[in-house]
Amino acid sequence: MKIVAGCDVGSLTAKAVILKDRRIIASAIVRSRAKPQQSADNVMSEALSQCGLSQSDIQLCVGTGYGRNQIPFVNHIMSEIACHAKGAKWMMPSVKTIIDIGGQDCKIMRIDKNAQVQNFLTNDKCASGTGRFLEVMAQVLNIDISELGSTTQKSHSPITFASTCTVWAQADVIKHINDGVPPEDIGAGVNAAMANRVAILVRSIKPEKDIAMTGGVAKNQGVLSVMEKILGLRIKKIRKSDPQLAGAIGAAIFAHEKITNN
Amino acid sequence: MRVAGCDIGSLTAKVIVLNDDAIEAKAVIRCVSSPEKSAESVISQAFSQTGLTLSDIDYIVGTGYGKNRIPFANHTESEITCHAQGVSALVPEVRTLIDIGGQDAKVIKISDSGQVSQYVYNDKCASGTGRFLEIMAEALEISIDHMGELHDQAKEKLHISNQCVIFAESEVISLINEGKETPDIIWGLHTALANRASSLARSVGIVPEVVFTGGVAKNPGVAEAIARSIGLPLADFPLDPQISGAYGAAIIALKHFKK
Repeated sequence: MKIVAGCDVGSLTAKAVILKDRRIIASAIVRSRAKPQQSADNVMSEALSQCGLSQSDIQLCVGTGYGRNQIPFVNHIMSEIACHAKGAKWMMPSVKTIIDIGGQDCKIMRIDKNAQVQNFLTNDKCASGTGRFLEVMAQVLNIDISELGSTTQKSHSPITFASTCTVWAQADVIKHINDGVPPEDIGAGVNAAMANRVAILVRSIKPEKDIAMTGGVAKNQGVLSVMEKILGLRIKKIRKSDPQLAGAIGAAIFAHEKITNN
Repeated sequence: MRVAGCDIGSLTAKVIVLNDDAIEAKAVIRCVSSPEKSAESVISQAFSQTGLTLSDIDYIVGTGYGKNRIPFANHTESEITCHAQGVSALVPEVRTLIDIGGQDAKVIKISDSGQVSQYVYNDKCASGTGRFLEIMAEALEISIDHMGELHDQAKEKLHISNQCVIFAESEVISLINEGKETPDIIWGLHTALANRASSLARSVGIVPEVVFTGGVAKNPGVAEAIARSIGLPLADFPLDPQISGAYGAAIIALKHFKK
């Protein structure tokens, strides 16, 4: 019996997954704290308590994400790109193109049948096109970020933005709210702006089917549907697990492979 | 002969009244709900200093973001032209003009004959504009007017690694939480802003003399950082740098009326 874990400490959330013989027995997502160590400890103890295990039961743990160098309990660390590719492949074996939108970055990857990354592009320089854009706008709209996705379906005339900059778009949103524009039209405009921005990156990597979306923003149906429209390609929905866990799952699979190969 | 220049920017509205070529009145206000109202309000403030009325002004040129909505302008000119004219009239040696306003940044190259030869513009990204400093001043809980003097008190030269305003704001909050000193953070922010401006300037080539205008030029910390970043001293500008666009509009009005 092999019990391993993956821990992905991102900029906005920390994720942990525990595998028993390659099957997920526990997973957790917590909001990141000021210190990556703290976020890692929190998320791992939540996952452990779910399956009634303790840290000493974990035979190997792989860490990844923005805070990977500061996770106290990991045996190995791996790059986010490698873990996301691995995790996405596990969730959807037919996947060739992965669009991962996290809290503060966006990664587009093309992988081969062995989950080897052939090409990738990232944006972590500009908040526009990352989860942060949606967070800022949801806050101004005073709605929960989980409700933002459904506005696209409800809206008949989404607003458009003159600029992609999060700061300028935020000012536009405030102006639209004051002008009495229905919140669903603003929300739908926000989702479309996000999709447009990311689609530029996706196009430049020449996407191949199947295409999957991972990361927290994959839960936003509005962004997903607009992106499909812009790209003219279907984005296959991940059903096997929470798409936000892709990095942590990938890390855990690496951990499993490491003890299996040794 | 009495003329005026009116510059309706994104954040502030500016007016200058010239009596022949001497400044008779000037005003700067924060923009209100519409460009029309901002224009009316800033010109009445300038008039209130002198007892003038609109009928005393022979010709008015409008410029800036809201130029097409100034009710009393006789004609409009682009901001680029006005800034170049205003600066050339005051400091004829200037060949490179760096202007950082509330919501944009521009670099204008001026030919030996005082004409615009080339310009670059950023109004797509808040980083590199006055908005960057406004947001950071809020995060630091200080007045934007004090940033210049705090800059001089910096001891540790901090580096701000994020260019994006949103990410840089998080970085500043982390630095505050780490216990870094406010002047040191400000020094880092001014340097980041200056580096952004100087890379814009380098894209068209920097030729001395260089002058720095716009609302952000009132902050001596940014001016110091720009001089350091481009490796050249900045020429003295003998006017409130925030009203150089309005001044240029007034100079154009003067030339136009003389014809």
